[in-house]
Parts: sequence; C-alpha cells; structure tokens
Amino acid sequence: MDLFFQQLLNGLTLGSLYALIAVGYTVVYGIVQLINFAHGEVFMIGAFGALATWTMLFKGTTAIWVLPFMIVGAIAVSVTVAVVMERVAYRPLRNAPRLAPLITAIGISVFLQEAIRLFYPGAKSAMPFPQIEFVTGAAMEWGPLTVRRSALFTIGALIMCTAALWFFINRTKLGRGMLAVSQDKDTARLMGINVDRIVAVAFALGATLAGIAGVAQGLQNNNIDFFMGFLAGLKAFTAAVLGGIGNIMGAVVGGLVLGIVEAMAVQFIPGTFGGSPWKDVWAFALLIIVLVFRPQGILGAKTVDRA
Amino acid sequence: MSMLEVKDLRVAYGKIEAVKGISFTVGQGEVVCLIGTNGAGKTTTLRTISGLIRPSSGEIWFEGKRIDAVPAHEIVMLGLAHSPEGRRIFPRLTVEENLLLGAFARNDHGAIKDDLQAAYELFPILGERSKQPAGTFSGGEQQMLAMGRAMMSRPKLLMLDEPSMGLSPIMMQLIMSTVKTLRSQGTTILLVEQNARAALKLADKGYVLEVGHIVLDGTGDELLVSDEVRKAYLGED
Repeated sequence: MDLFFQQLLNGLTLGSLYALIAVGYTVVYGIVQLINFAHGEVFMIGAFGALATWTMLFKGTTAIWVLPFMIVGAIAVSVTVAVVMERVAYRPLRNAPRLAPLITAIGISVFLQEAIRLFYPGAKSAMPFPQIEFVTGAAMEWGPLTVRRSALFTIGALIMCTAALWFFINRTKLGRGMLAVSQDKDTARLMGINVDRIVAVAFALGATLAGIAGVAQGLQNNNIDFFMGFLAGLKAFTAAVLGGIGNIMGAVVGGLVLGIVEAMAVQFIPGTFGGSPWKDVWAFALLIIVLVFRPQGILGAKTVDRA
Repeated sequence: MSMLEVKDLRVAYGKIEAVKGISFTVGQGEVVCLIGTNGAGKTTTLRTISGLIRPSSGEIWFEGKRIDAVPAHEIVMLGLAHSPEGRRIFPRLTVEENLLLGAFARNDHGAIKDDLQAAYELFPILGERSKQPAGTFSGGEQQMLAMGRAMMSRPKLLMLDEPSMGLSPIMMQLIMSTVKTLRSQGTTILLVEQNARAALKLADKGYVLEVGHIVLDGTGDELLVSDEVRKAYLGED
C-alpha cells in the first residue's frame, strides 16, 4: 500500500509537469484549431531561459529568492518565442490548408532545438541546472513516503496555475473574449474583439505555463538539454487529447491521469511488460483506449471551455 | 448628410460576384430595409459593411468616415453594430456573458451595468434567465439575446439580418415592435428581411435587391403598393 501511495505521488508529480505543458496545446487548439507541435520546444526554451537568467545574474547563488527571477526569466523567453512564432510562422498560414501549419510546426520545432544546440554556450550536451536551496536537496520523509522537494514545487505550480487560469478564463473580460473567439470567430469580431490579439494571448498563456514547467523540470532532473521538449511535448499533447483537446481543465485532468497511469504501470505491471522501459507504451496504450471508447476525451468539448 | 452611405459596392467570393455595384444611403433616425430573395446579396452587403468581408471595389462611409478598409472589431467602436443572420449567440456562454460581450469594446463599466439593466427591461425573459447558457434558448429568445447583445455596444446604427427568420408569428410581431421601440429611442436601423410585408410596414425607405443589383427603391409605403413588390415578394396577384 505504501508503494501505491508513493507511486501516486510520483505520478502526480509527473502528471503536473505534463498538465502544465498540455494547457498550451489545448488553449491554442481551442482558439485556432492548430496543434502547435513546437510547443514542447517552448517548454525547453523556458528551461534555458531560467538557466540563462541564473548564469547571467545570479551565478553561484543558491538562495531561494533567485527562484522567482528564474521563473520570470523562463516565462519571458517562452512567451517571446511563442508570440514571435505565432506572428511570423502561423498567422500567415491562418487560412492555408491544415497540413501547412502542421509541417511548419515541425520545422519550428527542429529550428528551435538546433538553435539552442548550436548557439547556447555548452548546450551540445546536457547542462546542469542550478540547485536552489529549499526546492532541491535532500528529499523529505513523510511517514513511509519519500517526498522530493522539487515534486512539491511542480505540484504546487500546477495548482496555482490552474487556479489563476480558471480565474482568467471565467472572470476577466479578456478570458470571456477568448471563450467567444473559440466558439465563433466572425461573431466575436462583431463584438469588437480583435481576434489576432486573442490568438497571441492564447500562445502567450500556454507559453507562460510551459516556461514554469521548464523550471520545474530543471529542478527535478538537475540538468536540461536541447532535446528535452520532444518527449515531454509528445506526452503533454497526449494528455491534452486524453482530457479533450480544447478543454483547458481537460488538459489538467489528462496530464494527471497520464502521469499516474505511467507511474502505476511501472510499479505494478509484472513480468516482461512492467518496469520503466514500458511506461511510454502504457501511456500511449491509454491514449488509444480513450480514443476508441471516448474520442472526445475525458472531459470532452472541442473548444476552449471552462468545464 | 446620410449616416451610412454605400457607393457602387461590389463584393465577390472568389470569381463569383455576389454584390454587383449597389449604392444606397441610410439617414439619421431612419429604418431602412433591404428586401430580396435568397442569394440576392443582402447578407453579403451587411457583412461587408461591418467589415467581415472586404469589398472588391466601391466605398462605404459611416458618419463621414470611410470604413471599407477598417477592421471589423474597430467598426463596432465607431457605433455600427451588426446582429448577424442566424442570431449567432455564443451557445455555451450565459445570457449575461453574451450581453457583456456585446459591450466588449467599451470600458465605461458603470454605464455597461446600466445598459445590461436596459436590455433586461427591453426583454424581461433575458433578465429572468441571465445565468443560463444561451444555447438552451428557443429561436425567438436567441433572437432577443442577439438584438440585446448588439445594443450593448450603444450603436448609432444597428444592422439586423433576418431577425424574424424561423420565428412564430407572435414572436415575429414582438421582434418587429422592438425594432420600432429602438427606433423611437433614437437608434437608426438597417434591416434585412425576407418577410417583406412586415419590414416595409415599419420602414421609412426600402431597397429591393435581385442577384446583386438594386432593382427598385422607394419609401416603405410606395414599395408596399408597387406591383413588382406585390407580385414577387408579398405573394399577391
């Protein structure tokens, strides 16, 4: 039983990371019906943004107060990259056949990976991520459970982001504008809503959470690399589809479910098919099962929705 | 000077020209109606005026400002609201959220609250069900919501596209009498209707569109009694 709760905690941690990234896929899909496959790289760039902030301004410091600055640095870089990507690459293709933006997304993805690999000093191999006191360091023992400090940071970040997101979508004028655009673009324009601006906001919103996820991943993993966005992005996309693509709370639920299923599969599936080599297989098996029996996802809805 | 002036407007979808050089005016305080059959170009005309479609040539002037190249979301701010064909309410948002979206371009929060109350007075059913998702409403209720929503931008000119479409006769009467009320409160109205009789009865001026051309115009009363209109649009012999 202890093992179960330990794996539940590990699954929630992993799932929180997926969820933070998944929101970016779903919110952009809800607004422009585009799967931004370069979103994994926005997450990766966020981690590098945090690292760069630390290296340039706080090198050698491990005090907790540098963490907010690293988060701001991560968000700034992620948001900039996402908004520029939308403006330069996706907006000109808004009315193009759907294959065009999809291929563009893959191109941007490769471009961003290579840009970091070639131009970020030392990024040709994995780079150590700064260890910050209080959020990294010795794990805590809560009774039978081993709780990593970075896990608490990740789960806490998801809780705060979800609350903030809920408030933004349901209680602010801009959030209401996003809901309107996701339901009916032309009519939204008749309301005086600048659709281009809402699209940019959607990219920025997803990038904010991806940047935070980048920091969380760095703290958990102790190092970051230019390719870390690939699998994380793929898993987060799976989580978004699992929860119901376009449904923001669905992305959160989908991420957590995916993380927990992976953690449980590693621990409890016996024999040849168990253990960590098979965890991705079980994750994608779950996706296939959900797509067969509930193609609209766990929470459903094809647009940005509050449910 | 006219409030709205459309000059030799042409609109095409690809190679197909839907509006083939029409000109008309709407004066301050008037109710003007465009009538015509399906495919005559009425909806296209309204969508072009509100900026959703760009004309291939011609000019649109609103209160002395040329607007045919102004983005749709800015045209609303000038005081020109468009209640589109098929109501197009936001089904998964509540009535109140729909109405507040109508005021999206405004920042005068106090006055928006007042206008929300005014909309609930105009259509009491909206006030009773303000927290319900608009998608659960009947066609007539959705039409009221669409009109209320358009009024939330405090338009000087309100364009209504087929407000009576698919409604029961009683509901239709209610909508038409609301149009009168709005006019008496000082809103200028450009009305597109298939129900030509109801529209012409309350119109100061009417234009008859046929396959992209204006073929006839006159006061509402003149058109009601004209032979062409009676034969083609009123179903009389």
